[in-house]
Order: sequence, then C-alpha cells, then structure tokens
Amino acid sequence: MANNYLTTESKKLATWYFTFAAIIFGAQLLFGLVAAIQYVMPGFLFEIIDFSIARILHINALVVWMVFAMIGSVYWLLPDETGIETVGIGLGKLLYWVFVAAIVIVILVFLLVQVGPADQTTIWFITEGREYIEAPRWADIGIVIVVLGFIYNLYATGMKGNRSGIITVLMADMLAFAGIYLAGMGYTDNISVDQYWWWWVIHLWVEATWEVFVGAIAAYGLITMIGAHRKVVEMWLWIEVAMLFGSGILGIGHHYFWIGTPEYWWEIGALFSALEPLPLVAMFVHVLYDWGKMQGEQNAQGKEISVITNKPAFTWFVLNAFGNFLGAGIWGFFHTLPQVNLYTHGTQFTSAHGHLAFFGAYATILIGMFYLAVQGKNGIKIMKSTKKSIWATSMIVGGVMGMTIALTIAGYVQVLVSRAQMGATWAGYFDGQAGMWFAQGMDWRLLMGVITFVGFLILVADLLSIGKADHHER
Amino acid sequence: MAKKSVWSDNRFWQRSAAWITGFASILLIWLTFDTIPQITMGTDADLKQGVTKRVPGPTVINYKITYEMNAKRMHEIPVIGGMNAEGTSAFEEKELFFGRDDWSEEEASELLHLGKLGSQAKNCMDCHTLLGNGAYYAPDLTKAWLDPAWGPEGSMQAITGKSTKEEAMAEFLQHPSNYPTHARMMPNLGITEKEAHGLVAFLKHMSSIDTNGFPRNFGKIQGAVHGK
Repeated sequence: MANNYLTTESKKLATWYFTFAAIIFGAQLLFGLVAAIQYVMPGFLFEIIDFSIARILHINALVVWMVFAMIGSVYWLLPDETGIETVGIGLGKLLYWVFVAAIVIVILVFLLVQVGPADQTTIWFITEGREYIEAPRWADIGIVIVVLGFIYNLYATGMKGNRSGIITVLMADMLAFAGIYLAGMGYTDNISVDQYWWWWVIHLWVEATWEVFVGAIAAYGLITMIGAHRKVVEMWLWIEVAMLFGSGILGIGHHYFWIGTPEYWWEIGALFSALEPLPLVAMFVHVLYDWGKMQGEQNAQGKEISVITNKPAFTWFVLNAFGNFLGAGIWGFFHTLPQVNLYTHGTQFTSAHGHLAFFGAYATILIGMFYLAVQGKNGIKIMKSTKKSIWATSMIVGGVMGMTIALTIAGYVQVLVSRAQMGATWAGYFDGQAGMWFAQGMDWRLLMGVITFVGFLILVADLLSIGKADHHER
Repeated sequence: MAKKSVWSDNRFWQRSAAWITGFASILLIWLTFDTIPQITMGTDADLKQGVTKRVPGPTVINYKITYEMNAKRMHEIPVIGGMNAEGTSAFEEKELFFGRDDWSEEEASELLHLGKLGSQAKNCMDCHTLLGNGAYYAPDLTKAWLDPAWGPEGSMQAITGKSTKEEAMAEFLQHPSNYPTHARMMPNLGITEKEAHGLVAFLKHMSSIDTNGFPRNFGKIQGAVHGK
C-alpha cells in the first residue's frame, strides 16, 4: 500500500468497500460450493451446516457483496463526476465500519445459531427466514441507518458539486433502492401478503433499481475507459432509465401469478416482464456501438491503438452488457409467461436464471469496478490485462455458463417429470430429483462451480498483483 | 438551418424517463390498493356465511379441504368444506384437526401465528418453496397438506406410526431424521410439539389459498408413469 495515488478520501473509502465486497464474494462462492456438494452427496455436513444454512449464506453474501461494491462504486465515481471531494466523508467512513461489523455478526449468527424458537425474538435477533433478506430485524434497522448516511453523502455531494446526468440518475435510483428495503421489514401471518411485499424488495431491486444502477455505472465506465462523449452516453442513460423502469416496475406482476393474488396479474406480469429484455438489448448495443464509434474516431486520425484505458475492466463491462442481456433477458424470458411459469415456477430453471442473471447483470460490472479502482490506486494511465486476468475471466465466465446450462437441463427434467408428469407432489419431486439427467446436471454444476471458484482465486491474485505489473503505461 | 431535433435532446429523454417511471409507479400503487384487500385474510364469519376468500381465515383448519378442477376458471381451486353445485366451496363438511373441529377464531389464529413464525424461524424457505418461492432442495409446500403421501393411502402415517395426517406431519417435523424417505433428509431443527402443531396448521391454511391453479394437477397422478 506504499504507493497510493488516490487523492480523494472518497476513492479511498471506495477501495475499503471493494475490499470487503471481494472477501464476501469469496464467502458467497464457498457456501455455494457447500450447497452444490450437498446436491451430489446429501450427507455432507448434515446437521452441521445444512443446505438451508449454506444457501442462506450463499445468497445473503451475494446480496451483501454486491451492495458493498455498489456503494463503493458510487464513492469511487463521485469525485470524478462532481469535481469535488465527497461531502460528509468522515460519516461515510464511520458507517462503513458499522456496516462491516453488522454483517460479520449476522454471518456468525447464521452460521453458529442458525435457527430459533417460533417467536419474535428469533425474527429480531437470529433470522427473519425470508429468502434473500433473512437478516434479523436489528440488522435491518442498522442497514437502513447506514444506507441513509450513504444517501446523505450522495445528495450533499451531488447538490454541492457538479450534478451530472449520471449523478442525477444515481441520486434518484439509490433513494428508491433504499426506500424499497422498508417494504421487506414487516411481519404478517398472511403468507400471501408477506410475499406480496417481499417481492417489492427483491424484484424492485434486481429488476429495476439495480439495473438502473448498472446503466449509470456503464455510462461512467464508457466515459472514463474509452472516452465516450458524455452527451451521447447520458442520453442513452435516460432512455435506458425510461425503458428499465417502464418495463421493470410493472414486470413485478410475473411474481404475482401464484401467490394468492388475483388473476389479472397474469396479463400485467406477462406483458411488462416480456418487455424487460428490451432495455438489456439496448444496453448491449449501446456499449458495443460506443466502443466501435470511439475506436473508429481514433482510427480516422491515423492512430491504430486501442481506445481502451483499462483492458481488464472494460472486458468485464462488455461481459456485463452481454451477460445482462443473456442471463436476465433471455433466461428470464424463457419462463416469464404464465403458461410456462405454471410448470417452471420454483424449479432449477429459476435457479439457472438466478445464477446467470446475478452474474451477468451485476457481478461482471462490479468486478470491472474493482479493476478501475486498482488502476486508480496505482496511478496507471493505460492498464493492460495480465495472464491472470485472462485466466480468471475465462474460468469464471466459463464456470458460470457451465453451471447455468447444467441447472437448465436439471430444470427441464424437474419441469417434465416432477411437474408435468407427476403433478408436483412429494413423490413427484423426488422422482424428478432421481432422474439421470437431473443427477448428472448436479454433478456438472458442482464441477463448474469448482472452476468458478478457482477462477475467483486467480481473480483475487490478479487484483492484488496487477497494479505492480510493469507492462502498463503510467 | 434545420432546428435541432427533440429526439437527440437529453432534457426530453430525462423528462420522458421521469414521466414513465412516475406513471408505472402510480399504476403499481393503484394495483396494490386493489390487490391487498383481495388477499387480506378472511374471518370465521366469512367461512360460516360461505363467503369465498382468496386467503381464508385461520378457522379453515376446521374444514375439509380439497383441490379440484374448476370448469369456469379452467384450473384447480381449493374447495373448502365440500363442493357445491357450482363446483366451488360449500363450507359445510368439517374435519377433525388434532381431534377437534371447533377451533375458535382466537385459537386458530394463535396456532397459525405460531406456525408462520416457525416457518421463518426455522428457515423453511431456504430448502423448500412456499407458494413456489424459496429454495429447490426439498418439495414445494404450497399444497403439502393435500399430498397423498400423508393421506390414508400414503406411506407417511405408517412410517411415523400415527393414524391421522396432522399427527403424522407433526411427528415428522419434530424428528425428521428418524423417518428418512430419501438419501436427502430433513435435518432436526429443534421443532417443539407446539411449534409442530402450529406448522401443520400453517400448512393446512396455505393449502386453502387460491393460487390460480398452481401447482397444476397436484396429487392427481400417482405412480402412473416411471419418472426416470
């Protein structure tokens, strides 16, 4: 850490956020592996770390590392966009430690206490038991306070400094992102009402506010990494916001097909969620078009060198553009229509979509931000890939694609055997699970998970060492 | 010179984004105001007066529940207390639940409350799916109450040595690893007898929710095909 080229406290804080995010990313993959092993060897860690616990840690670590990396990304780009140091950075640093401490306690409680008696103390201190947002209520309140502090930093800085289009979008988006979390904090005996509001958090995060966040980060990346014109990029960003929110907000209907809600959600959910892939196509076209355009402008000046100032980061940004479209768009569209979803809902098909969508839409661009931070921290003008960057990228992308395909095949077996043939009973469920293609799918998923994990280890090694490589332009 | 087109104007797109987002949000909120009353839990009076609710009151545990194809809606619906001439709930036929069919509204609510809290405190949805949402490591519980495996023809009553569905379920929930059905087992989660009764009430209540025909053909096909 001797040579630190970072001149703003905001960017330093961003690197703290990225560091913790990367650690939790590792935890996510590790517990994912435990769960994947349990599909193949059901006795593995039985009644020690059961599947439910491994999975809670797998998906909550996923959410947490992404939220950390998202907050880090905002702290990273704030000084660049606004032209000033982030307002209230001292508060930001304090809240960082509060946030880290809260997360560590929640993880330890999940791991060591696991479950509680059926009363409110469990909801307050151990687990809320609601997928993705199992964190107990004390932590919910803590998270709200921390995020409010972050929102204050963002708003105060945005209003004091130059409020660019990107910052304006982020200000609106992050407020919605935080506000929606409140919908998931209540308790009710009515499971239908419970899931109605639960989806406000989950869906309006990952299919609306997070996607807009990605649009804003991609815009920032295009400006900083290939010198795309702000006017063009921000116009695209506004179009993307219109398309993402226009389809995504009412696209929530595709979660309201079968939870007790009225039948009219079939039509609303089908229509709007079918439109959800469109902005993702637009984002993909936009990133590639701008890249080609900037490279073309440079070539026209007789310069035959790449316009990209950070090769590994830009690679991940392009993978994001494609992965978002493929994982969230295509794999989501596969099972979004109610006629199909009647049979696919709650099968490995959903799991296949979940893996590729979270990876393609979010993990990719956030890894790209890690590389941008490494570049800034080491004062590198043009950062090039190393052998490790290429290996890490190939193994992670190949691993996640492999898991997705394996889960998709397993999902088909489950849909056909457990659902269509056997009518979804206990016996039908286990008949599907025993299917040869299902079992082989789970074997392949584990293998591909191991490849992903090894790729992650190489990624960490690269992030720690690439800044010191001597083939960059400084 | 031609005037600059509005289509390349950032302000135009910013305003469009704001209007579209606002419009979509207002529509969602409006639909929420329509949906929430429709999925608010019914009462004992509703059941007694034969009022069909998408989510019936907790005293539904006093009634016999089945899952029948409805000709008008063209999918299965929960039928409570026997079927009437229109193929919907008659709210007449009762059924003993832990030896009683006269659970008061207060008692039944308490039982359901315990069960729903228990379902969260034991992280049920991190292995199972509830209403199809959750994890995929164990069977869906949406209509688990109606699963033939727990009925008089199924194997679970014999395995647990109990003579009713609810007792077999409660016994299994308390000591799941004593009754392994597959290599993949449910772990012991420290569920007490009282909590188990609550959880079974929660499952019975959930099976009475109108899920628009999900899951399709539940419990209708038994061993008719070789699944592998």
